[in-house]
Amino acid sequence: MDNNKSSQNPLESYEYKYGFTTDIETDTVKKGLNEDIIRLISSKKNEPDWMLDYRLKAFRVWEKMTEPTWAHVSYPKIDFQALSYYSAPKKMSAESKPKSLDELDPELIKTFEKLGIPLSEQKRISGIAVDVVFDSVSVGTSNKDVLDEAGVIFCSISEAIKNHPDLVKKYLGSVVPVTDNYYAALNAAVFSDGSFCYIPKGVRCPIDLSTYFRINAAETGQFERTLLICDEGGYVNYLEGCTAPQRDENQLHAAVVELVAHDNAEIKYSTVQNWYTGDKEGRGGIYNFVTKRGKAAGKNSKISWTQVESGSAITWKYPSCILQGDGSEGAFYSVALTHDMMQADTGTKMIHIGKNTKSTIISKGISTGKSSNAYRGQVKIMASAENARNYSQCDSMLVGDQCSASTYPYIEVKNKTATIEHEATTSRISEDQIFYLQSRGLDMEKSISMLVNGFCKEVFKELPLEFAVEAVKLIEMKLENSVG
Amino acid sequence: MLEIKNLHARVEEKEILKGLNLKINAGEVHAIMGPNGSGKSTLSKVLAGHPAYEVTEGEVLYDINFQMKNLLDLAPDERAKEGIFLAFQYPIEVPGVSNFTFLHTAFNSILQHQGSDSMSEGEFREFLVQKMKLVSMKPEYLDRPVNTGFSGGEKKKNEILQMAVLSPRLALLDETDSGLDIDALRVVSDGVNKLRRKDNAIVLVTHYQRLLDYIKPDFVHVLLNGKIVETGDASLALKLEDKGYDWLIN
Repeated sequence: MDNNKSSQNPLESYEYKYGFTTDIETDTVKKGLNEDIIRLISSKKNEPDWMLDYRLKAFRVWEKMTEPTWAHVSYPKIDFQALSYYSAPKKMSAESKPKSLDELDPELIKTFEKLGIPLSEQKRISGIAVDVVFDSVSVGTSNKDVLDEAGVIFCSISEAIKNHPDLVKKYLGSVVPVTDNYYAALNAAVFSDGSFCYIPKGVRCPIDLSTYFRINAAETGQFERTLLICDEGGYVNYLEGCTAPQRDENQLHAAVVELVAHDNAEIKYSTVQNWYTGDKEGRGGIYNFVTKRGKAAGKNSKISWTQVESGSAITWKYPSCILQGDGSEGAFYSVALTHDMMQADTGTKMIHIGKNTKSTIISKGISTGKSSNAYRGQVKIMASAENARNYSQCDSMLVGDQCSASTYPYIEVKNKTATIEHEATTSRISEDQIFYLQSRGLDMEKSISMLVNGFCKEVFKELPLEFAVEAVKLIEMKLENSVG
Repeated sequence: MLEIKNLHARVEEKEILKGLNLKINAGEVHAIMGPNGSGKSTLSKVLAGHPAYEVTEGEVLYDINFQMKNLLDLAPDERAKEGIFLAFQYPIEVPGVSNFTFLHTAFNSILQHQGSDSMSEGEFREFLVQKMKLVSMKPEYLDRPVNTGFSGGEKKKNEILQMAVLSPRLALLDETDSGLDIDALRVVSDGVNKLRRKDNAIVLVTHYQRLLDYIKPDFVHVLLNGKIVETGDASLALKLEDKGYDWLIN
């Protein structure tokens, strides 16, 4: 029997539809990293002295640090002097920045439209405010009027440094200190833009907030910084998306995201990460080395991270929660899909400090092709955390026989009243499962994507509806093959 | 509709079918009986295209648009789209995928193949609720993950529901009666009987004559050691019930 049609691995490649480049005049600083470059970035952004001092301090810390090597990923040594640390469309410089999104360079509007983020007034999506970041700068934020009315501050971090210096000074680095790790220190020194959000006391943010990151320039690193504060009793649903052009060279993306939730506040942070992954042979793609951490500082505060990690050549990312307030809760819901030559080492840290704190971890890893996919998670119950509870479930699914999945759970308990549950499974999509779906008329790719979607369901249901739809489509697209 | 000629097939280097011949016409119900290991399940899996089974000799001709084509050239999903349906002996669990989504996707992929417009979720739900009555299934099963946590009987009913929805031209029921209590057997058999039409054919693979009390076959075949050794009408099944298979082994 001719079985070629049914036995071929369908996951050989996936065409990246966001791989185009925008032809736009840019202001890019020369390659290399030293104090002068940092001064230059700071002056380009007209920053106050305290911000420059913060950057320089971080740079000096970074210089003394060494690159971490503990992650289950391998890549050639990065030459940090061969990168440019700032690139912005010319028309976005501090002097000539458009006052509203409608005055944006049409090329940029076109770019974001192609990415499915309409920026022009007529087409803008209501019910969501988007801050769009192109290379090193935020190009604008939509639906500001609705937010102003509610008293919500949502702007680029550059604007926040100018207009809300007290808030930035108070919170920047309060969750991820400059000294935290190599990439966090680097980010603190050179971060160019990102989003800032402040939800005042008792305010439920009336619409969802979103940041869309786009890397365009070649040989440029993107270092964005996001700072989100939810004051007492506040609530916000925050979404983040990212894409980059298809290039043969690797590009570095080292972001820092800090969240602070005060008493009874709740932050839901969702990411769909679809950076360029590199080609089949592993050429090119983004190095996604990101530090994301939330501090549930207040009583009964809640922070949840939901992520769909489907892009990047290498992902090194552990969105974490520091559960400081009594009764605070942290959650991490993750789907990480790797294909071709991708490498992912991702997971979370849940640090229980307060009494009656609770954390939930649901991680779903899917490996296909020759990729490697690792879950790394830490649950730490400090002595002060009476009656802390954690539930972790880490499932891995292998598609094909050349990929790998690993799980590295670290559990540290210093208080006997803690309850910890950890479950882990590894499965392979079975021939019988695929055959069952095929025998009902679903072709092989559709069968596999249905099985994978089913596997990820517990995570997808945590995503806001539109994001869940996008995530399902994204996973399907990635699983689509060139059979036939 | 279907003609199997000198079919040889093996799984993991072991030859199971050793020159099987069978002809099935539209409107007929065939029962295939035989002792354990005679190749009954292999036959249904080979016809549906299970990748673990390798055909080493022979051909299977199947009527597609009034032309006899070699069924073995088609991938399993293409066979399904051309009207072949296999009710599994052990239906597979699909965690996280609702029965509704599964059936809706399958149904629409077949419609699409036939060049028809797909059916909306709302319309399909109504259609499905009607079909569920055929096998006395409660609508709540639609929102449960496919076969996950279903009892043996529920799984078998779910297979017949799928058959009712996909409306195949050739249905292969692989030991659909196994593991069913007498009430469930009656429900499942009634369902199958209601799906009998002049333009479709049903193949029942079974160990027991019991099923044939409920679904009356036009032909009964005895499969022994990879070949059909005896063919008769419904009375052959009664004879087997009475005398076993020994008299057929020379």
